[in-house]
Amino acid sequence: MNAPPLTASGLRKFYGAHEVVCGVDFALRPGECFGLLGPNGAGKTTTLRLCLGLTEPDAGDISVLGRPVPQQAREARLRIGVVPQFDNLDPDFTIRENLLIFGRYFGTSDHELNARIPDLLDFAGLASRADTRIQTLSGGMKRRLTLARALINDPELVFLDEPTTGLDPQARHVIWERLRQLLKRGKTLLLTTHFMEEAERLCSRVAIMDHGRIIAEGGPRALIAQHIEPQVVEVYGEIAPDWAERFGRSHAERCEITGETIFCYTHDPAPLIADLDGRSDLRYLHRRASLEDVFLKLTGRELRD
Amino acid sequence: MTIKHWTPPQFSLRFVHVWRRNLLVWRRLAIPSMLGNLADPLLYMFGLGYGLGRMLDDVGGMSYIGFLAAGIVCSSTMMSASFEAMYSGFSRMHVQKTWDAILNAPLTLDDVMLGELVWAASKSFLSGCAVLIVATVLGLVPSPLALAVIPLIFLTGLAFSGLGLIMTALSPSYDFFMYYFTLCVTPMMLLCGVFFPLDQLPAAAQAVAQLLPLTHAVSLARPLVAGEIPPTWLLNIAVLAAYAVVSFYIALALTRRRLLQ
Repeated sequence: MNAPPLTASGLRKFYGAHEVVCGVDFALRPGECFGLLGPNGAGKTTTLRLCLGLTEPDAGDISVLGRPVPQQAREARLRIGVVPQFDNLDPDFTIRENLLIFGRYFGTSDHELNARIPDLLDFAGLASRADTRIQTLSGGMKRRLTLARALINDPELVFLDEPTTGLDPQARHVIWERLRQLLKRGKTLLLTTHFMEEAERLCSRVAIMDHGRIIAEGGPRALIAQHIEPQVVEVYGEIAPDWAERFGRSHAERCEITGETIFCYTHDPAPLIADLDGRSDLRYLHRRASLEDVFLKLTGRELRD
Repeated sequence: MTIKHWTPPQFSLRFVHVWRRNLLVWRRLAIPSMLGNLADPLLYMFGLGYGLGRMLDDVGGMSYIGFLAAGIVCSSTMMSASFEAMYSGFSRMHVQKTWDAILNAPLTLDDVMLGELVWAASKSFLSGCAVLIVATVLGLVPSPLALAVIPLIFLTGLAFSGLGLIMTALSPSYDFFMYYFTLCVTPMMLLCGVFFPLDQLPAAAQAVAQLLPLTHAVSLARPLVAGEIPPTWLLNIAVLAAYAVVSFYIALALTRRRLLQ
Protein backbone atom coordinates (compact mmCIF):
# COMPACT_ATOMS: atom_id res chain seq x y z
CA MET A 1 0.00 0.00 0.00
CA ASN A 2 3.01 2.33 -0.08
CA ALA A 3 3.63 2.50 -3.80
CA PRO A 4 1.44 5.06 -5.61
CA PRO A 5 -1.63 3.29 -7.02
CA LEU A 6 -1.28 5.29 -10.22
CA THR A 7 1.44 7.42 -11.75
CA ALA A 8 1.31 9.17 -15.10
CA SER A 9 4.26 11.08 -16.43
CA GLY A 10 4.71 13.07 -19.60
CA LEU A 11 1.42 11.84 -21.08
CA ARG A 12 0.64 13.12 -24.54
CA LYS A 13 -2.14 12.20 -26.93
CA PHE A 14 -2.92 13.52 -30.39
CA TYR A 15 -6.14 13.16 -32.37
CA GLY A 16 -4.86 13.88 -35.83
CA ALA A 17 -2.95 17.14 -35.55
CA HIS A 18 -4.88 18.21 -32.44
CA GLU A 19 -3.09 17.55 -29.17
CA VAL A 20 -5.73 16.75 -26.52
CA VAL A 21 -3.35 15.75 -23.73
CA CYS A 22 -0.15 17.80 -23.73
CA GLY A 23 2.31 16.52 -21.16
CA VAL A 24 0.29 15.52 -18.11
CA ASP A 25 1.98 14.34 -14.88
CA PHE A 26 0.23 13.23 -11.75
CA ALA A 27 0.36 10.51 -9.11
CA LEU A 28 -2.27 9.19 -6.72
CA ARG A 29 -1.58 8.45 -3.06
CA PRO A 30 -3.04 5.30 -1.54
CA GLY A 31 -6.47 5.84 -0.02
CA GLU A 32 -7.05 9.36 -1.30
CA CYS A 33 -9.66 10.84 -3.57
CA PHE A 34 -7.88 12.71 -6.36
CA GLY A 35 -9.93 15.03 -8.54
CA LEU A 36 -9.25 15.86 -12.17
CA LEU A 37 -11.14 19.07 -12.80
CA GLY A 38 -11.57 20.92 -16.02
CA PRO A 39 -14.06 22.41 -18.44
CA ASN A 40 -15.57 20.26 -21.18
CA GLY A 41 -12.91 19.24 -23.65
CA ALA A 42 -10.03 19.77 -21.22
CA GLY A 43 -8.80 16.20 -21.74
CA LYS A 44 -10.09 14.61 -18.52
CA THR A 45 -11.88 11.66 -20.09
CA THR A 46 -9.02 11.03 -22.51
CA THR A 47 -6.64 10.96 -19.53
CA LEU A 48 -8.83 8.33 -17.85
CA ARG A 49 -8.98 6.26 -21.04
CA LEU A 50 -5.19 6.41 -21.26
CA CYS A 51 -4.87 5.21 -17.66
CA LEU A 52 -7.23 2.30 -18.39
CA GLY A 53 -5.23 1.30 -21.47
CA LEU A 54 -8.23 1.87 -23.77
CA THR A 55 -6.14 4.09 -25.99
CA GLU A 56 -2.38 4.34 -26.36
CA PRO A 57 -0.48 7.49 -25.44
CA ASP A 58 1.72 9.09 -28.10
CA ALA A 59 4.29 9.74 -25.38
CA GLY A 60 4.68 9.21 -21.66
CA ASP A 61 4.51 6.44 -19.09
CA ILE A 62 1.64 5.12 -17.02
CA SER A 63 1.80 2.70 -14.16
CA VAL A 64 -1.37 1.47 -12.48
CA LEU A 65 -1.23 -0.76 -9.39
CA GLY A 66 2.32 -1.72 -10.28
CA ARG A 67 1.47 -2.62 -13.89
CA PRO A 68 2.74 -0.71 -16.92
CA VAL A 69 -0.18 0.50 -19.03
CA PRO A 70 -1.11 -0.12 -21.83
CA GLN A 71 1.27 -3.14 -21.94
CA GLN A 72 -0.39 -4.87 -18.97
CA ALA A 73 -3.69 -2.99 -18.98
CA ARG A 74 -5.67 -6.22 -18.75
CA GLU A 75 -3.96 -7.19 -15.47
CA ALA A 76 -4.34 -3.63 -14.15
CA ARG A 77 -8.06 -3.55 -14.97
CA LEU A 78 -8.59 -6.71 -12.94
CA ARG A 79 -8.16 -4.53 -9.83
CA ILE A 80 -9.81 -1.32 -11.08
CA GLY A 81 -13.48 -0.35 -10.92
CA VAL A 82 -14.90 2.10 -13.44
CA VAL A 83 -17.97 4.32 -13.24
CA PRO A 84 -18.28 5.71 -16.78
CA GLN A 85 -19.67 9.10 -17.66
CA PHE A 86 -22.72 7.63 -19.41
CA ASP A 87 -24.63 4.70 -18.00
CA ASN A 88 -24.00 1.54 -19.97
CA LEU A 89 -25.93 -0.93 -17.86
CA ASP A 90 -27.32 -3.91 -19.69
CA PRO A 91 -31.00 -3.18 -20.48
CA ASP A 92 -31.75 -6.83 -21.13
CA PHE A 93 -31.01 -7.83 -17.56
CA THR A 94 -32.27 -7.31 -14.04
CA ILE A 95 -30.28 -5.46 -11.39
CA ARG A 96 -28.89 -8.69 -9.95
CA GLU A 97 -28.02 -10.07 -13.39
CA ASN A 98 -26.21 -6.87 -14.30
CA LEU A 99 -23.90 -7.45 -11.36
CA LEU A 100 -23.51 -11.18 -12.00
CA ILE A 101 -22.79 -10.91 -15.74
CA PHE A 102 -20.32 -8.09 -15.21
CA GLY A 103 -18.55 -10.03 -12.47
CA ARG A 104 -18.05 -12.96 -14.84
CA TYR A 105 -15.94 -10.76 -17.10
CA PHE A 106 -13.37 -10.73 -14.29
CA GLY A 107 -13.26 -14.50 -14.26
CA THR A 108 -14.89 -14.69 -10.83
CA SER A 109 -16.99 -17.81 -10.17
CA ASP A 110 -20.77 -17.50 -9.93
CA HIS A 111 -20.57 -18.90 -6.42
CA GLU A 112 -18.24 -16.12 -5.30
CA LEU A 113 -20.27 -13.48 -7.13
CA ASN A 114 -23.54 -14.62 -5.59
CA ALA A 115 -21.88 -14.24 -2.21
CA ARG A 116 -20.78 -10.66 -2.98
CA ILE A 117 -23.95 -9.39 -4.66
CA PRO A 118 -26.19 -8.97 -1.53
CA ASP A 119 -23.66 -6.59 0.06
CA LEU A 120 -23.38 -4.58 -3.14
CA LEU A 121 -27.17 -4.37 -3.43
CA ASP A 122 -27.32 -3.07 0.15
CA PHE A 123 -24.56 -0.58 -0.60
CA ALA A 124 -26.52 0.69 -3.60
CA GLY A 125 -29.81 0.71 -1.67
CA LEU A 126 -31.32 -1.59 -4.27
CA ALA A 127 -31.76 -4.81 -2.30
CA SER A 128 -35.56 -4.70 -2.50
CA ARG A 129 -35.48 -4.32 -6.29
CA ALA A 130 -32.84 -6.91 -7.13
CA ASP A 131 -34.99 -8.67 -9.70
CA THR A 132 -36.30 -5.55 -11.44
CA ARG A 133 -35.35 -4.82 -15.03
CA ILE A 134 -33.22 -1.73 -15.22
CA GLN A 135 -35.46 0.18 -17.67
CA THR A 136 -37.77 1.06 -14.79
CA LEU A 137 -35.03 2.61 -12.61
CA SER A 138 -34.57 6.33 -12.02
CA GLY A 139 -31.36 8.10 -12.99
CA GLY A 140 -30.12 8.01 -9.40
CA MET A 141 -30.77 4.28 -9.03
CA LYS A 142 -28.94 3.58 -12.28
CA ARG A 143 -25.92 5.55 -11.08
CA ARG A 144 -25.94 3.66 -7.77
CA LEU A 145 -26.12 0.37 -9.64
CA THR A 146 -23.28 1.49 -11.91
CA LEU A 147 -21.24 2.27 -8.79
CA ALA A 148 -22.08 -1.13 -7.29
CA ARG A 149 -21.12 -2.78 -10.59
CA ALA A 150 -17.75 -1.02 -10.49
CA LEU A 151 -17.14 -2.69 -7.10
CA ILE A 152 -17.99 -6.25 -8.19
CA ASN A 153 -14.29 -7.16 -8.44
CA ASP A 154 -13.50 -5.55 -5.05
CA PRO A 155 -11.13 -3.07 -6.74
CA GLU A 156 -8.33 -1.19 -5.02
CA LEU A 157 -8.71 1.78 -7.31
CA VAL A 158 -11.98 3.24 -8.63
CA PHE A 159 -12.24 5.62 -11.61
CA LEU A 160 -15.29 7.87 -11.59
CA ASP A 161 -15.95 9.93 -14.71
CA GLU A 162 -18.40 12.70 -13.77
CA PRO A 163 -20.37 10.37 -11.52
CA THR A 164 -23.13 12.81 -10.52
CA THR A 165 -23.75 14.66 -13.80
CA GLY A 166 -27.48 14.85 -14.45
CA LEU A 167 -28.57 13.76 -10.95
CA ASP A 168 -30.92 15.67 -8.67
CA PRO A 169 -29.49 16.99 -5.36
CA GLN A 170 -30.85 14.08 -3.30
CA ALA A 171 -29.33 11.48 -5.59
CA ARG A 172 -26.06 13.41 -5.74
CA HIS A 173 -25.75 13.53 -1.95
CA VAL A 174 -26.36 9.79 -1.74
CA ILE A 175 -23.54 9.16 -4.24
CA TRP A 176 -21.19 11.45 -2.28
CA GLU A 177 -22.00 9.60 0.92
CA ARG A 178 -21.27 6.25 -0.75
CA LEU A 179 -17.96 7.53 -2.09
CA ARG A 180 -16.97 8.59 1.43
CA GLN A 181 -17.74 5.05 2.61
CA LEU A 182 -15.38 3.73 -0.06
CA LEU A 183 -12.63 6.06 1.14
CA LYS A 184 -13.18 4.80 4.68
CA ARG A 185 -12.65 1.27 3.41
CA GLY A 186 -9.28 2.34 2.05
CA LYS A 187 -10.11 2.51 -1.67
CA THR A 188 -8.29 5.04 -3.82
CA LEU A 189 -10.56 7.16 -6.01
CA LEU A 190 -9.79 9.06 -9.19
CA LEU A 191 -12.67 11.43 -9.90
CA THR A 192 -13.26 13.69 -12.86
CA THR A 193 -15.87 16.38 -12.46
CA HIS A 194 -16.74 19.91 -13.36
CA PHE A 195 -18.73 20.36 -10.15
CA MET A 196 -16.33 22.22 -7.91
CA GLU A 197 -18.55 21.63 -4.91
CA GLU A 198 -18.20 17.90 -5.47
CA ALA A 199 -14.43 18.15 -5.66
CA GLU A 200 -14.24 20.33 -2.54
CA ARG A 201 -16.34 17.88 -0.54
CA LEU A 202 -14.63 14.68 -1.63
CA CYS A 203 -11.11 15.27 -2.83
CA SER A 204 -8.01 15.52 -0.70
CA ARG A 205 -6.15 16.79 -3.76
CA VAL A 206 -7.22 18.11 -7.12
CA ALA A 207 -5.56 18.93 -10.42
CA ILE A 208 -7.15 21.55 -12.64
CA MET A 209 -6.82 20.70 -16.33
CA ASP A 210 -7.34 22.98 -19.28
CA HIS A 211 -6.46 22.54 -22.96
CA GLY A 212 -4.78 19.22 -22.16
CA ARG A 213 -2.48 20.52 -19.42
CA ILE A 214 -2.57 20.49 -15.64
CA ILE A 215 -2.47 24.16 -14.70
CA ALA A 216 -2.74 23.84 -10.91
CA GLU A 217 -2.52 21.04 -8.40
CA GLY A 218 -2.97 20.74 -4.62
CA GLY A 219 -5.48 20.44 -1.80
CA PRO A 220 -8.71 22.39 -2.39
CA ARG A 221 -8.13 24.77 0.59
CA ALA A 222 -4.48 25.24 -0.36
CA LEU A 223 -5.37 26.07 -3.96
CA ILE A 224 -7.89 28.63 -2.77
CA ALA A 225 -5.33 30.20 -0.44
CA GLN A 226 -2.68 30.19 -3.13
CA HIS A 227 -4.64 31.54 -6.07
CA ILE A 228 -7.37 33.75 -4.76
CA GLU A 229 -8.44 36.28 -2.13
CA PRO A 230 -10.34 34.60 0.69
CA GLN A 231 -13.59 36.62 0.63
CA VAL A 232 -16.05 37.15 -2.20
CA VAL A 233 -18.84 39.69 -2.49
CA GLU A 234 -21.17 39.06 -5.43
CA VAL A 235 -23.20 42.10 -6.46
CA TYR A 236 -26.26 41.92 -8.72
CA GLY A 237 -28.33 44.61 -10.41
CA GLU A 238 -28.68 46.81 -13.47
CA ILE A 239 -26.32 49.45 -12.13
CA ALA A 240 -23.81 46.92 -10.77
CA PRO A 241 -21.20 47.51 -13.55
CA ASP A 242 -21.45 51.22 -12.87
CA TRP A 243 -21.07 50.64 -9.12
CA ALA A 244 -18.01 48.49 -9.78
CA GLU A 245 -16.29 51.25 -11.70
CA ARG A 246 -17.08 53.95 -9.15
CA PHE A 247 -16.70 52.03 -5.89
CA GLY A 248 -16.03 48.31 -6.21
CA ARG A 249 -12.70 48.42 -8.00
CA SER A 250 -11.16 50.82 -5.55
CA HIS A 251 -12.29 48.84 -2.48
CA ALA A 252 -11.65 45.24 -3.62
CA GLU A 253 -8.37 43.69 -4.75
CA ARG A 254 -9.99 42.32 -7.89
CA CYS A 255 -13.38 42.68 -9.62
CA GLU A 256 -14.74 40.44 -12.36
CA ILE A 257 -17.75 41.57 -14.34
CA THR A 258 -20.07 39.21 -16.22
CA GLY A 259 -23.19 40.93 -17.48
CA GLU A 260 -24.95 42.45 -14.48
CA THR A 261 -23.04 40.44 -11.87
CA ILE A 262 -19.87 41.64 -10.21
CA PHE A 263 -17.53 39.32 -8.33
CA CYS A 264 -15.38 41.29 -5.86
CA TYR A 265 -12.41 39.35 -4.45
CA THR A 266 -10.90 40.77 -1.29
CA HIS A 267 -9.23 40.15 2.06
CA ASP A 268 -11.45 42.71 3.78
CA PRO A 269 -15.08 42.82 2.69
CA ALA A 270 -16.18 45.33 5.38
CA PRO A 271 -16.08 48.53 3.26
CA LEU A 272 -17.96 46.84 0.40
CA ILE A 273 -20.65 45.53 2.71
CA ALA A 274 -20.97 48.88 4.51
CA ASP A 275 -21.69 50.54 1.17
CA LEU A 276 -24.04 47.83 -0.12
CA ASP A 277 -26.02 47.25 3.07
CA GLY A 278 -28.31 50.22 2.89
CA ARG A 279 -28.97 50.13 -0.85
CA SER A 280 -32.20 49.10 -2.53
CA ASP A 281 -30.87 49.19 -6.13
CA LEU A 282 -28.25 46.45 -5.63
CA ARG A 283 -28.45 42.98 -4.08
CA TYR A 284 -25.35 41.22 -2.80
CA LEU A 285 -24.05 37.95 -1.41
CA HIS A 286 -21.03 37.68 0.83
CA ARG A 287 -19.29 34.29 0.99
CA ARG A 288 -15.92 32.58 1.37
CA ALA A 289 -13.90 32.01 -1.77
CA SER A 290 -14.43 28.54 -3.21
CA LEU A 291 -12.66 26.20 -5.55
CA GLU A 292 -15.04 27.38 -8.28
CA ASP A 293 -13.54 30.87 -8.01
CA VAL A 294 -10.07 29.41 -8.46
CA PHE A 295 -11.30 27.33 -11.38
CA LEU A 296 -12.89 30.32 -13.12
CA LYS A 297 -9.85 32.49 -12.49
CA LEU A 298 -7.54 29.89 -14.02
CA THR A 299 -9.71 28.66 -16.90
CA GLY A 300 -11.61 31.85 -17.71
CA ARG A 301 -15.32 32.54 -17.85
CA GLU A 302 -15.97 32.08 -21.56
CA LEU A 303 -18.19 29.18 -22.67
CA ARG A 304 -16.67 25.84 -23.65
CA ASP A 305 -18.80 23.96 -26.14
CA MET B 1 -6.14 3.51 -40.56
CA THR B 2 -2.67 3.17 -39.17
CA ILE B 3 -0.37 0.20 -38.84
CA LYS B 4 -1.37 -0.10 -35.16
CA HIS B 5 -4.93 -1.03 -36.07
CA TRP B 6 -3.59 -4.04 -37.95
CA THR B 7 -1.50 -5.58 -35.15
CA PRO B 8 -2.26 -9.30 -34.95
CA PRO B 9 -5.10 -10.04 -32.53
CA GLN B 10 -4.40 -11.39 -29.07
CA PHE B 11 -7.29 -13.37 -27.69
CA SER B 12 -8.01 -14.61 -24.21
CA LEU B 13 -10.51 -17.24 -23.15
CA ARG B 14 -12.56 -14.44 -21.58
CA PHE B 15 -14.25 -14.08 -24.97
CA VAL B 16 -16.47 -16.92 -23.74
CA HIS B 17 -18.11 -14.54 -21.25
CA VAL B 18 -19.19 -12.24 -24.09
CA TRP B 19 -20.71 -15.26 -25.84
CA ARG B 20 -22.44 -16.36 -22.61
CA ARG B 21 -23.87 -12.88 -22.07
CA ASN B 22 -25.48 -12.94 -25.49
CA LEU B 23 -26.72 -16.49 -24.94
CA LEU B 24 -28.44 -15.41 -21.72
CA VAL B 25 -30.28 -12.60 -23.51
CA TRP B 26 -31.24 -14.94 -26.34
CA ARG B 27 -32.56 -17.62 -23.97
CA ARG B 28 -35.26 -15.21 -22.80
CA LEU B 29 -36.57 -14.93 -26.34
CA ALA B 30 -35.44 -18.30 -27.68
CA ILE B 31 -38.80 -19.67 -28.84
CA PRO B 32 -40.11 -16.61 -30.72
CA SER B 33 -36.63 -16.03 -32.08
CA MET B 34 -36.31 -19.57 -33.42
CA LEU B 35 -39.80 -19.49 -34.92
CA GLY B 36 -39.03 -16.16 -36.55
CA ASN B 37 -35.80 -17.51 -37.96
CA LEU B 38 -37.51 -20.61 -39.30
CA ALA B 39 -40.59 -18.99 -40.82
CA ASP B 40 -38.82 -17.21 -43.64
CA PRO B 41 -36.72 -20.11 -44.98
CA LEU B 42 -39.58 -22.58 -44.63
CA LEU B 43 -41.90 -20.31 -46.60
CA TYR B 44 -39.37 -20.25 -49.42
CA MET B 45 -38.88 -23.98 -49.22
CA PHE B 46 -42.55 -24.90 -49.25
CA GLY B 47 -43.78 -22.09 -51.47
CA LEU B 48 -41.20 -22.50 -54.19
CA GLY B 49 -40.41 -26.16 -53.53
CA TYR B 50 -43.96 -27.44 -53.90
CA GLY B 51 -45.40 -24.64 -56.03
CA LEU B 52 -42.64 -24.29 -58.58
CA GLY B 53 -41.48 -27.87 -58.06
CA ARG B 54 -44.73 -29.25 -59.58
CA MET B 55 -43.74 -27.77 -62.93
CA LEU B 56 -40.22 -29.22 -62.91
CA ASP B 57 -39.37 -32.88 -63.38
CA ASP B 58 -36.03 -32.82 -61.72
CA VAL B 59 -33.39 -30.21 -61.02
CA GLY B 60 -29.76 -31.29 -60.84
CA GLY B 61 -30.88 -34.92 -60.63
CA MET B 62 -33.28 -34.54 -57.69
CA SER B 63 -36.75 -33.21 -56.85
CA TYR B 64 -36.88 -29.43 -56.83
CA ILE B 65 -37.74 -29.25 -53.15
CA GLY B 66 -34.84 -31.55 -52.37
CA PHE B 67 -32.59 -29.33 -54.47
CA LEU B 68 -33.90 -26.24 -52.74
CA ALA B 69 -33.53 -27.63 -49.20
CA ALA B 70 -29.71 -27.64 -49.28
CA GLY B 71 -29.67 -24.10 -50.67
CA ILE B 72 -32.08 -22.81 -48.05
CA VAL B 73 -30.00 -24.33 -45.24
CA CYS B 74 -27.10 -22.15 -46.45
CA SER B 75 -29.09 -18.98 -47.19
CA SER B 76 -30.87 -19.03 -43.83
CA THR B 77 -27.49 -19.42 -42.14
CA MET B 78 -26.26 -16.38 -44.09
CA MET B 79 -29.34 -14.33 -43.14
CA SER B 80 -29.23 -15.20 -39.49
CA ALA B 81 -25.49 -14.51 -39.13
CA SER B 82 -25.79 -11.21 -41.01
CA PHE B 83 -28.70 -9.96 -38.91
CA GLU B 84 -27.04 -10.88 -35.64
CA ALA B 85 -23.63 -9.42 -36.49
CA MET B 86 -25.12 -6.21 -37.87
CA TYR B 87 -28.36 -5.19 -36.15
CA SER B 88 -27.76 -6.86 -32.78
CA GLY B 89 -24.02 -6.19 -32.84
CA PHE B 90 -24.60 -2.53 -33.61
CA SER B 91 -27.09 -2.29 -30.73
CA ARG B 92 -24.53 -3.67 -28.32
CA MET B 93 -21.64 -1.63 -29.70
CA HIS B 94 -23.24 1.73 -30.40
CA VAL B 95 -26.69 2.03 -28.86
CA GLN B 96 -26.43 0.24 -25.51
CA LYS B 97 -22.65 0.72 -25.18
CA THR B 98 -22.40 -2.84 -23.89
CA TRP B 99 -18.94 -3.21 -25.41
CA ASP B 100 -17.72 -0.04 -23.67
CA ALA B 101 -18.79 -1.52 -20.33
CA ILE B 102 -17.04 -4.81 -21.08
CA LEU B 103 -13.83 -3.02 -22.10
CA ASN B 104 -13.57 -1.58 -18.58
CA ALA B 105 -13.27 -5.16 -17.32
CA PRO B 106 -10.12 -7.19 -18.09
CA LEU B 107 -11.24 -7.95 -21.64
CA THR B 108 -9.78 -6.43 -24.78
CA LEU B 109 -11.64 -5.39 -27.90
CA ASP B 110 -10.12 -8.49 -29.55
CA ASP B 111 -11.91 -10.68 -27.00
CA VAL B 112 -15.21 -8.81 -27.42
CA MET B 113 -15.07 -9.12 -31.21
CA LEU B 114 -14.20 -12.82 -31.07
CA GLY B 115 -17.10 -13.37 -28.67
CA GLU B 116 -19.45 -11.57 -31.05
CA LEU B 117 -18.15 -13.48 -34.08
CA VAL B 118 -18.60 -16.87 -32.44
CA TRP B 119 -21.96 -15.84 -31.01
CA ALA B 120 -23.38 -14.71 -34.37
CA ALA B 121 -22.07 -17.91 -35.94
CA SER B 122 -23.66 -19.95 -33.13
CA LYS B 123 -27.01 -18.31 -33.63
CA SER B 124 -26.90 -18.86 -37.38
CA PHE B 125 -25.85 -22.45 -36.69
CA LEU B 126 -29.16 -23.00 -34.91
CA SER B 127 -31.07 -21.49 -37.85
CA GLY B 128 -29.26 -23.60 -40.42
CA CYS B 129 -29.64 -26.76 -38.35
CA ALA B 130 -33.36 -26.10 -37.82
CA VAL B 131 -33.92 -26.00 -41.59
CA LEU B 132 -31.82 -29.15 -42.00
CA ILE B 133 -33.90 -30.94 -39.37
CA VAL B 134 -37.17 -29.93 -41.03
CA ALA B 135 -35.85 -31.12 -44.38
CA THR B 136 -34.83 -34.44 -42.80
CA VAL B 137 -38.26 -34.91 -41.24
CA LEU B 138 -39.81 -34.29 -44.67
CA GLY B 139 -37.63 -37.08 -46.08
CA LEU B 140 -35.60 -34.73 -48.26
CA VAL B 141 -32.26 -35.82 -46.82
CA PRO B 142 -31.58 -39.35 -48.00
CA SER B 143 -27.99 -39.83 -46.84
CA PRO B 144 -26.20 -39.82 -43.48
CA LEU B 145 -23.45 -37.93 -45.28
CA ALA B 146 -25.66 -34.92 -44.56
CA LEU B 147 -24.24 -34.98 -41.02
CA ALA B 148 -21.17 -33.33 -42.52
CA VAL B 149 -23.39 -30.34 -43.30
CA ILE B 150 -23.54 -29.55 -39.56
CA PRO B 151 -19.94 -28.29 -39.19
CA LEU B 152 -20.28 -26.66 -42.61
CA ILE B 153 -23.18 -24.58 -41.28
CA PHE B 154 -20.98 -23.26 -38.49
CA LEU B 155 -18.16 -22.40 -40.90
CA THR B 156 -20.65 -20.62 -43.17
CA GLY B 157 -21.93 -18.73 -40.11
CA LEU B 158 -18.39 -17.60 -39.25
CA ALA B 159 -17.80 -16.29 -42.78
CA PHE B 160 -21.00 -14.23 -42.83
CA SER B 161 -20.60 -13.05 -39.25
CA GLY B 162 -17.16 -11.68 -40.12
CA LEU B 163 -18.59 -9.84 -43.13
CA GLY B 164 -21.45 -8.49 -41.01
CA LEU B 165 -19.03 -7.22 -38.38
CA ILE B 166 -17.20 -5.22 -41.07
CA MET B 167 -20.46 -3.44 -41.86
CA THR B 168 -21.12 -2.89 -38.15
CA ALA B 169 -17.69 -1.31 -37.73
CA LEU B 170 -18.43 1.11 -40.58
CA SER B 171 -22.05 1.85 -39.84
CA PRO B 172 -23.27 5.27 -38.65
CA SER B 173 -26.82 3.95 -38.06
CA TYR B 174 -29.15 0.99 -38.60
CA ASP B 175 -30.18 2.32 -42.01
CA PHE B 176 -26.70 1.65 -43.36
CA PHE B 177 -27.27 -2.12 -43.22
CA MET B 178 -29.89 -1.89 -45.96
CA TYR B 179 -27.10 -1.20 -48.47
CA TYR B 180 -25.41 -4.44 -47.55
CA PHE B 181 -28.65 -6.41 -47.83
CA THR B 182 -29.55 -4.82 -51.17
CA LEU B 183 -26.08 -4.90 -52.69
CA CYS B 184 -24.66 -8.13 -51.25
CA VAL B 185 -27.12 -10.43 -49.50
CA THR B 186 -29.96 -10.36 -52.03
CA PRO B 187 -27.63 -10.80 -55.05
CA MET B 188 -26.02 -13.76 -53.30
CA MET B 189 -29.44 -15.29 -52.65
CA LEU B 190 -30.11 -15.15 -56.37
CA LEU B 191 -26.69 -15.80 -57.91
CA CYS B 192 -25.12 -18.48 -55.73
CA GLY B 193 -27.16 -21.52 -56.67
CA VAL B 194 -29.74 -21.48 -53.90
CA PHE B 195 -32.79 -21.50 -56.18
CA PHE B 196 -31.39 -22.88 -59.44
CA PRO B 197 -28.16 -24.55 -60.64
CA LEU B 198 -25.31 -22.15 -61.30
CA ASP B 199 -24.87 -23.43 -64.87
CA GLN B 200 -28.10 -21.68 -65.83
CA LEU B 201 -26.27 -18.36 -65.52
CA PRO B 202 -24.20 -16.67 -68.26
CA ALA B 203 -20.48 -17.45 -68.00
CA ALA B 204 -19.58 -14.03 -66.66
CA ALA B 205 -22.14 -14.28 -63.85
CA GLN B 206 -20.89 -17.77 -63.04
CA ALA B 207 -17.36 -16.41 -62.70
CA VAL B 208 -18.57 -13.71 -60.32
CA ALA B 209 -20.54 -16.27 -58.35
CA GLN B 210 -17.38 -18.29 -57.81
CA LEU B 211 -15.98 -15.37 -55.82
CA LEU B 212 -18.92 -15.26 -53.41
CA PRO B 213 -18.95 -17.25 -50.17
CA LEU B 214 -22.53 -18.47 -50.46
CA THR B 215 -21.67 -20.29 -53.70
CA HIS B 216 -19.08 -22.35 -51.86
CA ALA B 217 -21.42 -23.15 -48.98
CA VAL B 218 -24.08 -24.38 -51.43
CA SER B 219 -21.49 -26.32 -53.45
CA LEU B 220 -20.67 -28.27 -50.30
CA ALA B 221 -24.15 -28.65 -48.82
CA ARG B 222 -26.05 -29.83 -51.88
CA PRO B 223 -24.00 -32.95 -52.74
CA LEU B 224 -23.70 -33.85 -49.06
CA VAL B 225 -27.48 -33.74 -48.58
CA ALA B 226 -27.85 -35.94 -51.68
CA GLY B 227 -25.24 -38.38 -50.38
CA GLU B 228 -22.25 -37.46 -52.52
CA ILE B 229 -18.78 -36.17 -51.71
CA PRO B 230 -18.58 -32.61 -53.05
CA PRO B 231 -16.14 -32.64 -56.00
CA THR B 232 -14.31 -29.45 -55.01
CA TRP B 233 -14.66 -29.74 -51.24
CA LEU B 234 -11.16 -28.64 -50.38
CA LEU B 235 -11.43 -25.45 -52.43
CA ASN B 236 -14.91 -24.71 -51.06
CA ILE B 237 -13.81 -25.12 -47.45
CA ALA B 238 -10.69 -23.04 -48.07
CA VAL B 239 -12.71 -20.19 -49.56
CA LEU B 240 -15.19 -20.14 -46.66
CA ALA B 241 -12.39 -20.29 -44.10
CA ALA B 242 -10.54 -17.48 -45.88
CA TYR B 243 -13.69 -15.34 -45.87
CA ALA B 244 -14.11 -15.98 -42.15
CA VAL B 245 -10.50 -15.17 -41.21
CA VAL B 246 -9.91 -12.23 -43.53
CA SER B 247 -13.26 -10.54 -42.93
CA PHE B 248 -12.87 -10.89 -39.18
CA TYR B 249 -9.39 -9.38 -39.32
CA ILE B 250 -10.65 -6.42 -41.34
CA ALA B 251 -13.64 -5.99 -38.99
CA LEU B 252 -11.28 -6.02 -36.01
CA ALA B 253 -8.98 -3.37 -37.49
CA LEU B 254 -11.95 -1.15 -38.39
CA THR B 255 -13.51 -1.54 -34.96
CA ARG B 256 -10.19 -0.75 -33.24
CA ARG B 257 -10.07 2.44 -35.27
CA ARG B 258 -13.64 3.27 -34.30
CA LEU B 259 -13.54 2.49 -30.57
CA LEU B 260 -9.96 2.69 -29.33
CA GLN B 261 -9.38 6.35 -30.06
